[in-house]
Amino acid sequence: MSDYESMVRAYRKAGGDPRVLRDPKCAFLVVNKNKILGKKKIEGIKVFRAEELPKGVKITLITQKGYRIEKPVYLCFGILPKRGLQEIYVDVKIADGSSITLIAHCTFPNAVKIKHIMSAEFRIGKGAFLGYHETHYHGESGGAEVIPQGKIYIDKGGRLDTSFTLIKGKVGKLRIDYEARAKEKAVAELVVKVYGKGDDDIRIKEKAILDGPYAKSLIKARVAVKDRAKTMAIGITEGNAPFCRGHVDCIEIVQGKAQAKALPIVQVIDDRARVTHEAAIGSIDKKQLETVMARGLSKEEAIDVVVKGMLR
Amino acid sequence: MLEIKGLRLTLNGHPILRGINLEVKKGEIHTILGVNGAGKSSLAYCLMGSEGYRPQEGRIRFLGNDITNLSISQRARMGLTLAWQESARFEGLLAREYLSLGMRNRGDSKRVTHALELVALNPKEFLGRAVDKTLSGGERKRIELASIIAMRPKLAILDEPDSGIDMLSLDDILNVIKSMKKEGSTIFLITHREEMASISDRVSLMCDGLIVKTGKPKEEMDYFKLHCKPCPTHKFPGKLKEGTTENTEKKLTRTQR
Repeated sequence: MSDYESMVRAYRKAGGDPRVLRDPKCAFLVVNKNKILGKKKIEGIKVFRAEELPKGVKITLITQKGYRIEKPVYLCFGILPKRGLQEIYVDVKIADGSSITLIAHCTFPNAVKIKHIMSAEFRIGKGAFLGYHETHYHGESGGAEVIPQGKIYIDKGGRLDTSFTLIKGKVGKLRIDYEARAKEKAVAELVVKVYGKGDDDIRIKEKAILDGPYAKSLIKARVAVKDRAKTMAIGITEGNAPFCRGHVDCIEIVQGKAQAKALPIVQVIDDRARVTHEAAIGSIDKKQLETVMARGLSKEEAIDVVVKGMLR
Repeated sequence: MLEIKGLRLTLNGHPILRGINLEVKKGEIHTILGVNGAGKSSLAYCLMGSEGYRPQEGRIRFLGNDITNLSISQRARMGLTLAWQESARFEGLLAREYLSLGMRNRGDSKRVTHALELVALNPKEFLGRAVDKTLSGGERKRIELASIIAMRPKLAILDEPDSGIDMLSLDDILNVIKSMKKEGSTIFLITHREEMASISDRVSLMCDGLIVKTGKPKEEMDYFKLHCKPCPTHKFPGKLKEGTTENTEKKLTRTQR
């Protein structure tokens, strides 16, 4: 089996649909470790460059001004061997008035000692839209260390809609650090959903800086941990301009001997701004659990239904 | 079908159920009618096996089996279920999935659709909706009833199924309960509104942790309206004499305090 076929198989395991890699209307990029296995550019993307580096790849993507790309661009990053290092550098510019959705799958199905670092910079132009949805699969042994870091700049009236999902298999060690800075009337929505098991170690830091009037943000974290897994979710929102609105919303479900911490930090320096937060940590709501059990499911099955729903 | 004998429940030192004796017959709609604070919901939780509601005394038998020490799941698998007064909300769980939870064949989409139609919710609109806080109280309540219909339990305990639903929809809810009965479920209906009891085969009046009277709907509804509603007994919990049991004809008057 070729590396490409193996990656496609791993892509499916991470939740991706391999058919999109054959769709002539879809752009895509497939990377194993530091090797580019497949790449396609479509109309509306001005620049779509991928360079192989000694330890990873550097990706540059620039959209055409005013062009709304209907179909998502699919990105598949992975490491097939049990051990290895992958560094992904991402530089994305969404031109004024343009729109694009990137769907990334990061898959390390055989991870025993894998390190994956992503360092991204996204610049969203005036009135532009970026959807960036990342789904990870780190295998079943817990041997992955994954460090996604992103800086996002959203210009006037621009919009960011981003999510990070890791709910299948083990997590390993995860360090998420995303920061979005929003100008006038810009909107940023950052969502993270993670299910930690075994000895998984999860740390999530999401920050929204509302620099422009009427800018809005939502930081949402949904984390479930069981066994001996640990999680820490830090949601930060700064309201620096008049009439900006921000909200931090964190729910963590703890089972077994797992541990969870939530730290919402809200800061306002303009008396016309409003930033709110809510955080709930604890076991699964008793009524939810008993309602599902009253339909004949066991306690374990009921927990699964509630947790999977929350992480969807 | 359901026999309750000498059921006593004390929570935080307060007697909530003080010796409940009751029998629910197969195929009937049996209503528990009582003012707020009578212990109706606590009785429902006790019957379902809810955590913190294990009775200190008494036995519950369902279909001839003693279920007093069984878990909620075990009771549900035997065909007993409960629709809570305040229905839980589930982030991310779709109505289609929620309704199929209690079905043996979870892929039976016709049954799910049929259940939604019975509670007057458009399946096209609601199958894909999450059972979360975006639903109104009335919609959530209807979905709860639909999930019971889809489950087709042998005995459904409906705790205040009319709460959160406007008066105009009351007839709809009563029709839904009648449909449940038609589809083979025995109904144990809990309410504080006498008009809800009109569809019952039998009505038991509950006061201060005791079943005080059981009889025909018309008689019990009139009695409730005339004597129970104005009676201040429920404001003084624990004052009603124990031993005031099923079919007692004693009136609950001030003299009993």
